[in-house]
Amino acid sequence: MPPVTEHPESSGVSASSAPGPMLSFENVSKSWGDNHVLRSLNFDVAPGEKVSIIGPSGSGKTTILRVLMTLETPDDGLVVVDGEPLWDARGGVTPKETKQMRETRRKVGMVFQSFNLFPHMTAIENIMEAPVQVLKMPKGEARERAESLMEMVGLSQHLDHKPPQMSGGQQQRVAIARALAMRPKILLFDEPTSALDPELIGEVLAVIRDLAHSADMTMLMVTHEMRFAEEISDRVVMFDSGAVVEQGPPGEIFKHPTHERTRLFLRAVLER
Amino acid sequence: MTWDNDFALEILPDLLAGLWVTVQITLLSMTLALALGLVIAVIRYLKIPVISPFFTFYVLFVRGTPLLVQLHLVYVLPEYGVTLSTFLTGVIVLGVNYSAYTAEVYRAGIEGVDRGQWEATTALSLPRRRTWTRVVLPQAVKTIIPVLGNYLIQMFKDSAILFAITVVELMRTANTIGSREFRYLEPFTIAAGLYLVVSYTSSLLVKRLEHRYAPSH
Repeated sequence: MPPVTEHPESSGVSASSAPGPMLSFENVSKSWGDNHVLRSLNFDVAPGEKVSIIGPSGSGKTTILRVLMTLETPDDGLVVVDGEPLWDARGGVTPKETKQMRETRRKVGMVFQSFNLFPHMTAIENIMEAPVQVLKMPKGEARERAESLMEMVGLSQHLDHKPPQMSGGQQQRVAIARALAMRPKILLFDEPTSALDPELIGEVLAVIRDLAHSADMTMLMVTHEMRFAEEISDRVVMFDSGAVVEQGPPGEIFKHPTHERTRLFLRAVLER
Repeated sequence: MTWDNDFALEILPDLLAGLWVTVQITLLSMTLALALGLVIAVIRYLKIPVISPFFTFYVLFVRGTPLLVQLHLVYVLPEYGVTLSTFLTGVIVLGVNYSAYTAEVYRAGIEGVDRGQWEATTALSLPRRRTWTRVVLPQAVKTIIPVLGNYLIQMFKDSAILFAITVVELMRTANTIGSREFRYLEPFTIAAGLYLVVSYTSSLLVKRLEHRYAPSH
């Protein structure tokens, strides 16, 4: 087992990390009873790549993100993040939560469908919590960074507001800032606009768009916003019944899908 | 027997002293019940082998036996070399008894915290301890404060049972005066009045807490 890095955050922007994919799934399976949400999945994402995962509900898209965030345990296979194993369930061995796994997990951040902000803390406290507690950042520095992140998501006026006082769009923007505060190498978005009223979707997409254009962060997004996926992604992955149906540049997938399954799905969602 | 105002005034200071003891017992026992109940609730939630089942049995036992029986069980301990003042015995028994109930209340509060909150702490790699103290418990406790307040009032009245092990609280003071003077009407009427005033005032406070902590959405 490789030695545990003491300060993974300090290597956050280094370009000298292990060559190869930023994350990879090797023969990863996961099922709930008879429901196979991941069927021996093989899937790589390159450093800095922006990937959108599309597909019908219940197809296992979200499970990919949840396994990467260690919210689900795979039944089989290997998941590697930035050259280090996150889950090693090869041969069907139930993997344990180890110190190394927790260290590796810090490279991953997640934005949830329902925001999951801490409702009893102010926006800025939500953002400062993990940098102070996990990265041991001095409070002053954490606060400065949190303030600039709040400015980045356009919420400088809302530093001391608590989530219940904010709109869904504002909450989701705080949630994005909170995830960014940990300087993740990989940022996961789990249907980030699905819980929002239609008029609030735009402001959240705008923040994600800026992020996709400027950050060299790897982004993996499950979404039903097809036009947005087309616009920001380097690659679109069509997922169904626990497996990749097809994948490629957004232009190809959306304009010339080769699989009947993809065609039917796109017709259904685009003709809503 | 008719009401004697002079007699009532004469015994009032003793009864107030008894009330003060009752209040002390209640506050100390409740502190114990709140702390112990929290520990039990968290341990049971974590499903630790051996320890969690033990506390499951503990809750079962304490809730399934009368307070008076538990009181006498502990009261006979001096025969086996354990000596505690009756005051301390009373506080411990009352606190332990109520911890089984507060543990259940805490549990409901903890289970009421949205799963997404736990997931967010995982996504941020927050340490376990911090997750409990800063995220889960503050949200859990908020919803159960009024329920705990009602238990406090119930405990205040239940503390009269310590009369049985000779703790000189309000009930015992009233009884002692009665048997000494052969007049029970005034001491017990005043005692009842004092219990009522304190518990009614407290219930108004709890009502206000309910307003304050009621889910606003």
